[in-house]
Amino acid sequence: LKLCQAVVGLLGRFLVDLVLFFFSRSQILKGWRAAALIGLENPFRPTVNTLSKQLSSEFTDIMNEIWANEAVKSAVLISSKPGSFIAGADLDMIEACKTSQEVAQLSQEGQKMLEKIEQSPKPVVAAISGSCLGGGLELAIACHYRIATKEKKTVLATPEVLLGLLPGAGGTQRLPKMVGLPAAFDIMLTGRNIRADRAKKMGLVDQLVDPLGPGVKSPEARTIEYLEEVAIDFARGLANRTVSAKRSKGLMQKLTDYAMAVPFVRQQVYKTVENKVRKQTKGLYPAPLKIIETVKAGLDQGHDAGYLAESQNFGQLAVTKESKALLGLYRGQVYCKKNKFGTPQQEVKTLAVLGAGLMGAGIAQVSVDKGLKTILKDTAQQGLDRGQQQVFKGLNSKVKKKSLTSFERDSILSNLTGQLDYKGFEKADMVIEAVFEDINIKHKVLKEVEAVIPAHCVFASNTSALPISQIAAVSKRPEKVIGMHYFSPVDRMQLLEIITTDKTSQDTAASAVAVGLKQGKIVIVVKDGPGFYTTRCLGPMLAEVVRVLQEGTDPKKIDAISTAFGFPVGAATLIDEVGVDVATHVAEDLGKAFGERFGGGSIELFKLMVEKGFLGRKAGKGFYIYQEGVKNRSVNSGMDEILARFKLPAKPEVCTDEDIQMRLVTRFVNEAAMCLQEGILSSPVEGDIGAVFGLGFPPCLGGPFRYVDSYGAKQLVDKLRKYEAVYGSQFTPCQLLLDYANNPSKKFHQ
Amino acid sequence: PTLLLTYVPKENNFPRSFFKLAGSLVNITSLLAVQPKSKKTLTKSGVKNIVVVEGVRIPFLQSGTSYADLMPHDLARAALQGLLNRTSVPREVVDYIVYGTVIQEVKTSNVAREAALGAGFSDKTPAHTVTMACISSNQAMTTGVGMIAAGQCDVVVAGGVELMSDVPIRHSRKMRKTMLTLNRAKTLGQKLSLLSKIRPDYFAPELPAVAEFSTSETMGHSADRLAAAFAVSRLEQDEYALRSHTLAKKAQDGGLLLDVVPFKVPGKDTVTKDNGIRPSSMEQMGKLKPAFVKPYGTVTAANSSFLTDGASAVLLMSEEKALAMGYKPKAYLRDFVYVSQDPKDQLLLGPTYATPKVLEKAGLTMADIDVFEFHEAFAGQILANLKAMDSDWFAQNYMGRKSKVGAPPLEKFNTWGGSLSLGHPFAATGCRLVMTTAHSLKKEGGQYGLVAACAAGGLPKCVLGP
Repeated sequence: LKLCQAVVGLLGRFLVDLVLFFFSRSQILKGWRAAALIGLENPFRPTVNTLSKQLSSEFTDIMNEIWANEAVKSAVLISSKPGSFIAGADLDMIEACKTSQEVAQLSQEGQKMLEKIEQSPKPVVAAISGSCLGGGLELAIACHYRIATKEKKTVLATPEVLLGLLPGAGGTQRLPKMVGLPAAFDIMLTGRNIRADRAKKMGLVDQLVDPLGPGVKSPEARTIEYLEEVAIDFARGLANRTVSAKRSKGLMQKLTDYAMAVPFVRQQVYKTVENKVRKQTKGLYPAPLKIIETVKAGLDQGHDAGYLAESQNFGQLAVTKESKALLGLYRGQVYCKKNKFGTPQQEVKTLAVLGAGLMGAGIAQVSVDKGLKTILKDTAQQGLDRGQQQVFKGLNSKVKKKSLTSFERDSILSNLTGQLDYKGFEKADMVIEAVFEDINIKHKVLKEVEAVIPAHCVFASNTSALPISQIAAVSKRPEKVIGMHYFSPVDRMQLLEIITTDKTSQDTAASAVAVGLKQGKIVIVVKDGPGFYTTRCLGPMLAEVVRVLQEGTDPKKIDAISTAFGFPVGAATLIDEVGVDVATHVAEDLGKAFGERFGGGSIELFKLMVEKGFLGRKAGKGFYIYQEGVKNRSVNSGMDEILARFKLPAKPEVCTDEDIQMRLVTRFVNEAAMCLQEGILSSPVEGDIGAVFGLGFPPCLGGPFRYVDSYGAKQLVDKLRKYEAVYGSQFTPCQLLLDYANNPSKKFHQ
Repeated sequence: PTLLLTYVPKENNFPRSFFKLAGSLVNITSLLAVQPKSKKTLTKSGVKNIVVVEGVRIPFLQSGTSYADLMPHDLARAALQGLLNRTSVPREVVDYIVYGTVIQEVKTSNVAREAALGAGFSDKTPAHTVTMACISSNQAMTTGVGMIAAGQCDVVVAGGVELMSDVPIRHSRKMRKTMLTLNRAKTLGQKLSLLSKIRPDYFAPELPAVAEFSTSETMGHSADRLAAAFAVSRLEQDEYALRSHTLAKKAQDGGLLLDVVPFKVPGKDTVTKDNGIRPSSMEQMGKLKPAFVKPYGTVTAANSSFLTDGASAVLLMSEEKALAMGYKPKAYLRDFVYVSQDPKDQLLLGPTYATPKVLEKAGLTMADIDVFEFHEAFAGQILANLKAMDSDWFAQNYMGRKSKVGAPPLEKFNTWGGSLSLGHPFAATGCRLVMTTAHSLKKEGGQYGLVAACAAGGLPKCVLGP
C-alpha cells in the first residue's frame, strides 16, 4: 500500500506498456468441434465515442453466434498479437468524455459486456500471453478459466489507480471474490505488476504454461500455439465437465474468506486500509478512497449497488484534476521514452564509467543488467571495491526478491570489469564520468580519456550543476561531449536529464538518449546552462526552505508541510539526502550565476553545518540523526545552536502553513517557467516529467506547468506578487507567467 | 556426443580418431566402424588406429532392487572384473583406467581408483574419474582415446558407474557451518554457545536435485517443454516407449545383449539380466498422469527412462597392441565430436547438432551409417531430435546449415531397445551404447555405426566404428 511511492515509482515502469485500446477487434478464428476460438486481433484505434458501442456490439454478435451454434461447446479468448493480451482501455476514449455521466455510461457498457461473458452457459477460457492490464484483466476475470504463459512479459495488473481511476468494468466487484479482500485491495490500490507465477498462487489464474524453446517454428510463435492447444483442451474439459473451474483454496485463504464473511471483521479491514491510504496519500489522491468505497458497496449492499457505485465513481474520478494530472504524466512518459534524435550511427555496446562512487556504480548497475559491456574505473582499489560491491548488492537484492536467479545475476555481472587503469578504453563507445564535482578534476579526466578512446566515442559528464560547455572547453572534440545527469539512487530514480551544448552534435545526443532509454530511464533533453533544468528549479526552493528554517519553523514541521502538499520527501529531509556540502556547492555556483533571484536563506547556515560535519544522511547527521536500523530518526539537537544563530524575524502575514507551501512551490514553478522562457526546456511536457520524476514534484499536480494550468496563471502570479511585496525580487514573476496570466485562454497543456 | 565406430578391417590404413571439445556444454556423437567391405577408408595418416577390444556391463537394475545395499565402487568393481574375466587381459598390461560417474559418493570421490584396486588391477595402474552428466562414460572413453592417440598409453580401460539407490543427502549449509565451527571450539562454554544457536530449520536436509544448476529446471520438465516445442504428442511418446520395451525384450530373449555379464551380489542371488524391461500396453500407459508438467504435460513415468543402478567398462587399445596381443578387436573408434548449446531450451537436442558434424568430419553421409544408437532419456526427447534433424527450418535458423541432415531410418535405429527400456545408470550408458553398436554392426554385417547422447548442461556426442 505504498501509494505515493507507487505513483512515482511504478507509473513509469508499466504504464509505458499500456497500449491504448479497449477491446480490440475480435473475430472467430477457428471453428472447433468443441471450442471456438476468439482471436483478439491487433489493436486498432477507432474513432472515439463509437468505440465502446461498436466493439461491444461486435463482441455481442460473436458471443451470440457461439451460443447459437450447437457445435460450439466452449470458447477460448486469445490474442494473436504477441506480447499483449489486452493492455488496457483506450485512454483517448475516456479523455474525450465531457462529463462524468458520459464516462459512467462507458463503464456501464463495459460492465454489461463482461457480465454477458460471465453468465455464458458455455465456458469461456482466457488464454493470456503478454500484458493483461486494466480492462484486459477485468475481461480475463470475467471468463470462467484463465491460463497464462509463465513469461516475464506476461503481467497482470490493474494500473487504473496510477491514473487516478478505478477498475471500471466489474473489476472492483469480481476481484475481492476471486482473490479475497486483502489481496484485492493490494492489487487495486498499488496497481503493481503481478507476474504469472505469483498470479497463480493468488488464484488470479488457474493454469500456467511454460514458454517453449525453438522447435520447427520460432519459440514465440510455437509458445502461443501451445497456449492455444492447452487452452482448447481445458475449454473442452470444462464443457464436458472433466475439468472443474473451482479452485481448491488453501487453508489460509479459506480462513481469510471465512473471516471476511463476518461484517465486523470486514469493517475493521476497511478501516485499517482506509487509514493507511489516508496516511500515505495525505488525502491528495481521491482514487484509492473511491476504490475502497466501491468494494464496500458491493460487499455490503449487494451486486446492483456495487456495480452502480463502480460506474458512478469511475465517472467521477475520470473528471478529477488529479486523474488528468496523472494521465498527463503517463502521456509525458510515453513521450520521453522515444528518441527524438533518431538512431545513432553507432550503437553503444561497450560503456566505460569513471568513478565507482554511488553514482558511478549505480550507472554501471543499470547498464550491465541491460547487457552493456561495462568498464567501471576508479583511482583507488578501496573505492573500486565499494562500487563493485554496490553493483553486486543491487543485483543480489533482485535475487532475494526472486525477480532474478543467482545464475542470471552471475552472468549479468560477467559484463562488468572493475579496474584502476584505462585498459580497454580503446574499445569504448561511450564514457560516462561520475568523478568528484570539481571543474579541474573533470578537465583532467576528460583530457586523460580523450587520449585513449576511439574517435567515435562519446564523452558524457554526470554532473548536477557544472555547465557542460565549461567542461567541454578543454575537449579536442566538443561535438562529442554531452551531459548525462542521473539521479540518486540511480537504480531506483527513473529520470535522466541529458544536457546538450551548442556544439554537441545530433548524433552524440542520439547516442546518449539511446543509452538512457536502454538503461530504462525516462529521458528529458535540455539546453546547457547553470543548473540545467532540474537543479536550477530546486535552487530557489531550497533557498526558501532555509529562510523558513531561519524564521523559526523546525525541520519536522517543514517536512510535514511539504509532504502535505504532495512532495514524497520532506524539504529538510531532501537537503539531508542530497548532502549539505553538495547543496552548499550548488547554491554558491547558482548564486553566482543568477544573483539575487537565488537568494533567500543564508548560505552561511549551510557552511556552518558543513563545518560541524552535519553533511546529511551520508555523515549520519544533518537536520536529523541517522542511525543504522533506526527508523524513527530524531532531530539533530546540534542544529539548535546554528538555527538560533541565523534566526530571522518571521513575517506573520506570509507564515501560515499554506503560505509556506506556496512560497516554496511558487519559487519552484517560477524558475521552471523561466527555463522554458529561456529555451533551456524545449517543452512543458519535459518540464513536468523532469520535476516529478527527478525532484518529486507532487504527481497529483502533474508537474509545474500542469499546476499552473490547473491553479491558474493569474492566481499564481497574484501569490508571487504578494510574497514579492514582503521579500522582494526573489518572487518577481517571470515574463512567461505574466503572459499566461494576462490571457486566461493560454494553457501549457491543451 | 556422437561416436562414430568402424568395423575392424584387414588392411591397416584406417583413419585416426580425432576429437574436439566444443565448449563446456557438450553432446557427444561417436562413429564406430567395423569390418572391411570398406567403400571408404577413414584412416588418417600419422594418427594411431584405436580399437575397442571388448566391453561388458553388469545388468542394469531399477534402483532400489538387488544393488540397493552396495556402494558405487562395488558395481564398478563387478564390471571391471567381468571385463578381466572375459578378455583375460594381463593386469599389468593395463596402462590407465578412466571411469565416469555423475552423482558422486563422497567417500570414493575417485571411484575409478577404488574400484580398480578392489577389482584386482595392479596398484601401479593410475586411475582417474571424470564427470559430464549422462555422457560421463563417453567422456571416459574419449579421454582414453586421447591418451592412446597422444602416445601416452597403449591399453586403457574406460567405463562408468551410477548407483541411484543411494545418493548423498547433506546437512543444511547452516548446520554444516555450525558443525565445522564446533570442531574448532576449545572450551565447553564455546561449544555450548554454538550448540545453542542451532534452530529447527538447521535440520532440514539438502537433497541432490536432478535439475540444471543454471536454470533450476528439472530434466523431465525440460523434456516436456521440448516435446511441446516440437509438437510431439503424448500418443507418439507412448508408442515410442512401447517400441523400446518391445525391442529390448526381443533382444534380451534372443540373447543379443552380449555385453551383459552376471554379477553375484553379496548376500543375494546372481543377477543375470536387466530388470527394467516391461512391455506394457498403450491403454495402460495412457492411464498414467504427467510426471512433470501437471496436469496437462505429456512426459510420464512410462515414457521416460527410470532411475537405474549399473556399471560398464570397455577395453581400448591401439590397433598395433591389440593385434600384437592376439586380440580380434570388435570395433574401431573412428571419430567423435562434442557440441553444446543453450541449457534452457535446447538442453536435450545435442544429437541433432552433433550428428551432421561428426559425419562431415569423417566424410560420411547418413546413408553410410548402418546402425544408429541414440541415448533415450525420454521418448519425447528422441522424437524431438528426430523432428529437429528432419527440419530445414531448424537447420537453417539454429544450426547455421543450408539444409537438414535428415532423420535416421527407424529400422536402423535403437533396434535392440534403449535407455527407456534397458535403463539409464547415468555414467554407465555411454559404454552400453558403444558395445550395442559394435555387436549390432557385426550381426547385421554393417560397416559404420553412430552413437549419440545428450547430457545435462546441453551436451551430446557421437562415435563411428566397427
